[in-house]
Amino acid sequence: MTSRGALYFAIMAAALLATGIFQSWNVAFGILSMCLISAIMALGLNIQWGYGGLLNFGVMGFTALGAVTAMLVSMPPIPEAWEAGGAGIMVSLMLLIATVAVILVARRMVPDHLRTPVTVVLVIAGFFFIRVFYIPATERIEAVNPAETGYLGGLGLPILLSWVLGGLVAAGAAWLIGKVALGLRADYLAIATLGISEIIIAIVKYEDWMTRGVRNVTNLPRPTPPEFEIRVAEWFVGMASFLGTDDTRAAIALALKSIFIVLFLIVLVVVFWFSERALKSPWGRMMRAIRDNRDAAAAMGKDVTSRHLQVFVLGCAVVGVGGAMLTTMDGQFTPTTYIPLRYTFLIWVMVILGGSGNNWGAVLGGFIIWFVWVQAEPFGHWFMDASTMFMADDNWLRQHMISGAVYMRYMLMGVILLTVMRFAPRGLIPERS
Amino acid sequence: MEILNALALLTNFVLIPATAYGAQIALGALGVTLIFGILRFANFSHGEMMSFGAMATILFTWLLQGQGVSIHPLPTALLGLPVGILVAIGVTLTADRVVFRYYRNQRVTPITLAMASIGLMFVLAGLVRFIIGPEHQNIADGERFLISAFEFRNMTGLDEGIAIRQTQVITFVIALIAVVALFWFLQKTRAGKAMRAYSDNEDLALLSGINPDRVVKIAWIITGALAATAATLYSLDKVYQPFIFLQMLLPIFAATILGGIGQPVGAVIGAFVVAYSEVMVTYAFRRFVGYLGPNDWVPDSMIQLMSTNYKFAVSFIILVVVLLVRPTGIIRGKVIER
Repeated sequence: MTSRGALYFAIMAAALLATGIFQSWNVAFGILSMCLISAIMALGLNIQWGYGGLLNFGVMGFTALGAVTAMLVSMPPIPEAWEAGGAGIMVSLMLLIATVAVILVARRMVPDHLRTPVTVVLVIAGFFFIRVFYIPATERIEAVNPAETGYLGGLGLPILLSWVLGGLVAAGAAWLIGKVALGLRADYLAIATLGISEIIIAIVKYEDWMTRGVRNVTNLPRPTPPEFEIRVAEWFVGMASFLGTDDTRAAIALALKSIFIVLFLIVLVVVFWFSERALKSPWGRMMRAIRDNRDAAAAMGKDVTSRHLQVFVLGCAVVGVGGAMLTTMDGQFTPTTYIPLRYTFLIWVMVILGGSGNNWGAVLGGFIIWFVWVQAEPFGHWFMDASTMFMADDNWLRQHMISGAVYMRYMLMGVILLTVMRFAPRGLIPERS
Repeated sequence: MEILNALALLTNFVLIPATAYGAQIALGALGVTLIFGILRFANFSHGEMMSFGAMATILFTWLLQGQGVSIHPLPTALLGLPVGILVAIGVTLTADRVVFRYYRNQRVTPITLAMASIGLMFVLAGLVRFIIGPEHQNIADGERFLISAFEFRNMTGLDEGIAIRQTQVITFVIALIAVVALFWFLQKTRAGKAMRAYSDNEDLALLSGINPDRVVKIAWIITGALAATAATLYSLDKVYQPFIFLQMLLPIFAATILGGIGQPVGAVIGAFVVAYSEVMVTYAFRRFVGYLGPNDWVPDSMIQLMSTNYKFAVSFIILVVVLLVRPTGIIRGKVIER
């Protein structure tokens, strides 16, 4: 990292400190923890775009896969629901695997010109056959105490485990998707991944037997110790006396946030270390060679398609870890909150602003953009309030401008992206060449 | 009689809605395919351009309604549409001047242009939500039905009715006019021929003395007009809501690629293929099959391939299958190199 990069990070730290001093430490800690998650997601996307030049517009989908894994790992199982429909779901799953196996075998066996029709027939037959077991099973599961559960529940394991599993699930999905879509040209891949992410969101939103869908799953188990333990813990008493606060409730909130920050920081350091090592290894040089001149790299005997698959899977895994962490911190799984502007394109702004191909840049971008994204709301509110001061309080235009101020953040993100692309296309911390 | 009932059922729930939807997608896809063909990039901000045009239409419509202007039985929004079109053209031309022209002169890769369109998408999405808010707006204030299901049943004596909503007819008529006018323009006028030449082979077109700036400008004007029209028709037919337009990108892109990039005829065909597949795959054929089967028999299952929640999947599958099987589309479009 250059001295200029260090300066940017120092400014960022000062901005967070200023938030703590002038707004509140609770807000500052909250922003910092989300900055860390954003940095991890930006690192994941940077692996795909910065190293490999892959245009993945489906970040939202892999975030959601990590999120749903966190929920499924941590929530306790619902025995009644398993009794009602667990067997049906399991049978459907087996049939799905069997169908895929039959299709793969059949494709080998039949002559070339029959391959497509046979596949189509088998897909349709398998689809209807599976539904015979699947639909009644889901209906029975959703009928079990729908007000409170109505889903199968999870595995009842520690939620921290999902940070690994979320990455693996996202990686598995990415492998399947990559197998189909990675042969596509850059902008086609962007369109295809945008579509996949919408489909993933539709699944987690409407497969109620698995995720409760739009009714959300709240009160996920937390990885942090319960409040009554924190209250008497030695380090907490020390921290409270150091801060000189009397407000135990606020101090506990801060302590909880600090635990998350430490955990997130550990993950960030691990992911960063591996990404940086990979980038500096022969593998990293090969990836950049493929990105910069695909044909030349192919001519040198590099297997472009499988290397692309590799970075796609790795990047999605990191994004999935980020998604699991996000849900862990929120303590709830809410499928309706996943919108592409926030979960896909915001991450893109982070990577482009920070400097694609540079891990320090991705982290910096994650920090800056999340900070601006959050602070744009109070700032926009203040700005609209100040610029309409001369109007009466009940003036409709003034009220409208103030209520719409929250959408300033979208405009701001667009302006940042366009400005960076135009005047500093290599980002704040450019890739070393 | 049973067969007639089955056909009436299918017409009412599949044919008519899918035709209206297809017409809306077609107008959107025409804009995307023109920009894809002439500026050679995937315009991800197209959805928000549509949204912006429809918003302008709605605002002007409200103004007219406030003044007591009405063209009942037609919806007032038809009077607002020209304003929406002008605003959308203003948006596309400004966007080109401020954002895209610089990159075009730099001769950057299509990816950079696509990325710039993401920036524009953010700005437009923010502006739309700031001006009109994220809530849904219903602007259909005209007569609701041309023929209601009840009238149809009385007329024909069938058990199944066919309802034709006025907005569906308006959608179809306006889309037809727009498409015919566009094809006339592209085939018969000098400017249109210049555009097609430029889209086919940029270097040859430049050698023949075609002014690229003029071609690009006309492409944006047409795109803006089509975008505002498509979004207004969609909002009349269903409802206006800002977040829908990002999701509509998917069927629009699917139609564009299916039809062959830079191929207006292909875009229209592609749009109807996408729309019909989407509606048919998500329609429950239970009663349709019931009419065709023996008396008073109805199948137990819904005979629905996919729930309507997964309609994106249809566009996506079409997209992937086309890209894998025939990447040039139905009508051989261009394959833009990276």
